[in-house]
Amino acid sequence: MLDIAIDLDAAQVMTLEAYADTIIPGERRGPQDRAVAGAAEGGGAVASGAVDLMVSVEGGLAGLLETLVDGLNDHAIGYAARTGHHLDDGVPPFVALSFADRTALTAELTAPGHAEQDLWVSLAMFSVMAWDTGAADHTTNALAAGHPGLTQMGFGRPNPDGLWRFPEFSYRRVLAPLHPHTTPSGDPA
Amino acid sequence: MTSNPSDSADIVVIGSGFGGSIPAYRLAAGGAKVVVLERGPWLTGQDFDHDLKFGSASTRIFEFTMGDGMNVLGGNCVGGGSVVYFAAMPRAPRFTFDRQGLLGRPLWPGSVDRAALDPWYDLVAEALPITRNDWDDVTFSGGLFAAACAHAGRTANPVPAAIDRDSCTNCNWMMSGCRFDAKRSLLLNYIPAAVSHGAQVRPLHEVQYIARSDDGGYRVHYNTVDPIDYRVVTGSGTIDCRVVVVAAGAAATPVILQRSQDELGPMPEAVGRYFSGNGERLNTAIVDENKARAVLGLDRGDGVAYEGYQIGKGPVCASWDRLDANLPEFSRHSLEQLYFPPGFGTILAQVPDATGPTWFGAEKKEILRRWRSWLTIFIMSEDGNEGVFGPPPPTGNAERISQQMLSRGALRYRPSPETRAGWARADADIRDILERDGLARVMPWTDEVIGAYTVHPLASCRIGDDPATSALDDRHELRGHPGIFVTDGSAVPAGLTVNPAFTIAALAERAVPGIVKSALDRGVRVRYEAAPPASATSSSRPAIPVGA
Repeated sequence: MLDIAIDLDAAQVMTLEAYADTIIPGERRGPQDRAVAGAAEGGGAVASGAVDLMVSVEGGLAGLLETLVDGLNDHAIGYAARTGHHLDDGVPPFVALSFADRTALTAELTAPGHAEQDLWVSLAMFSVMAWDTGAADHTTNALAAGHPGLTQMGFGRPNPDGLWRFPEFSYRRVLAPLHPHTTPSGDPA
Repeated sequence: MTSNPSDSADIVVIGSGFGGSIPAYRLAAGGAKVVVLERGPWLTGQDFDHDLKFGSASTRIFEFTMGDGMNVLGGNCVGGGSVVYFAAMPRAPRFTFDRQGLLGRPLWPGSVDRAALDPWYDLVAEALPITRNDWDDVTFSGGLFAAACAHAGRTANPVPAAIDRDSCTNCNWMMSGCRFDAKRSLLLNYIPAAVSHGAQVRPLHEVQYIARSDDGGYRVHYNTVDPIDYRVVTGSGTIDCRVVVVAAGAAATPVILQRSQDELGPMPEAVGRYFSGNGERLNTAIVDENKARAVLGLDRGDGVAYEGYQIGKGPVCASWDRLDANLPEFSRHSLEQLYFPPGFGTILAQVPDATGPTWFGAEKKEILRRWRSWLTIFIMSEDGNEGVFGPPPPTGNAERISQQMLSRGALRYRPSPETRAGWARADADIRDILERDGLARVMPWTDEVIGAYTVHPLASCRIGDDPATSALDDRHELRGHPGIFVTDGSAVPAGLTVNPAFTIAALAERAVPGIVKSALDRGVRVRYEAAPPASATSSSRPAIPVGA
């Protein structure tokens, strides 16, 4: 696994998890799970290690995370105020939003012209990468452990030596006429 | 932190991609003392692990430089783009050399056209080598695209490639380097040949600027960087030389030259302007497997019609129907079937008919679950050279965010109406091919999240006949700075409508005789070496010759 650059408290982790779950949603880890909204079947970005990537030394985002958590929760308070929602005091404000409201707020934060678009897009990129690359662990290990994203995508399995090979790769037949001006070397004229 | 006393060479080459390695070989073979400074690490076949983990080869050798409206993906290693590229090597069509762009006047020097470049293409094709593919080499994804083109009454072509078909395993990990040395990168030809002739290749040396030396030559200033955390500078040094070849890539060459202005005096106006992303844009199709079977008659032989997105060797099939000299400029493009690995290859893909957000959320997850049935189509069109570099960052070409791979640079790009219209025409062309009879649903990647993107940065320090709009003369010499040459993608004047690596390489070959002449004029004992580089079968690091 990756080296950890920052220790976050439980509320901070929940906030980041709720954001990652908005990007690639997943099923709840248990009946008490608040950060994961349960908006999709199968594990989402959270179960795929999104927070591991965010807090990693390698990723470079760690120094910004406390600011991002505060920002997300401030934006959630503002969003709730202007949309007339009451926020449950028991969890961080962003976590208190419904999945639909988290989604609407995230769409605003990542939209062209938003002053902080770069930051929220970066955090989203780490969430996507957790799900579809499993970048917190070696890909072979992640697949062997049933990584939720790689598994749901249908990412192929490696050979026993940890390398991928696809001996069957071609329909092996002519499938289209060549461009009439193709040169003898196979180039466009 | 260490600082070395200035050492010396006849010629310093900045960057080891196509633009750097080709001159490095020919000049070293011709007798010059050549030092190549490369900011990235030197990895070889065994290092190119199949792994997406942070810190693996996939992040060590690849660079994603975010900008304002334009994001550049490229190599960061010895061998540069040739190590991470997909090795598709078509020659540029004849009409592209007549382009006039938004300025309405010739972009290419009068001395360069396809006929003039063909002998130089031939040299590169022999050296790598590049081979013509046939239908047995075409992967499932390329075959699906070709069959869809034919179904739409169109043509499709297997793309010439620098890949050894016998050793290729169709693993599709080639953006992380080639574990099997099947991809004919520069690690297998020009670079070992340069080293065998005494060239020194120094990895993890990031050039910052060029100054004058005390004896009328040049002094190249570099930092050395940590092999794991590229944000950490471990030392600095200088090399004195008579001639400098700048080939740091179109996202870095203009930054080095901008930073050199304080020492060298004003740069030509076109340094850091007219950047082109080669008109690139991606669409993702989600294929209906039943229609692939029923409409196109495809079957892999195991009862599966397609589900072959992960299998293959990058782009193998292209549509060249719109590479038509009779069409007006900004309406010509090629379409190429492409694989892009997870991560970069998925985040910008959009959900067809989305009821909510198009690039994230529950509906995005649903299309990701159909990833095996994806088909990505790559547009290479005629953009308007709209990119401009802002002031250089403190070091390098960008401020690094992560230990590796991710940085933010000063490139600003706002596509013109002509560029946007060209993209829209190409998007429609793809839909016409792939949505016919319900074969697939297609959406372009969103440009509202990070702006445009390119894997083929070009033109930020270009050749030309007009001093007002080209930084280099037609011999690639930097105007007003004799003895400094630029031979990478930044020298290509405009988007080519096809993959540019072959053209960059051919232009670099063509530039060498002029560099030899300049070196001779500056007292360097060197001749033009015409023999092709020896070909290697392994990318393992070449032994340094005795006495070098």
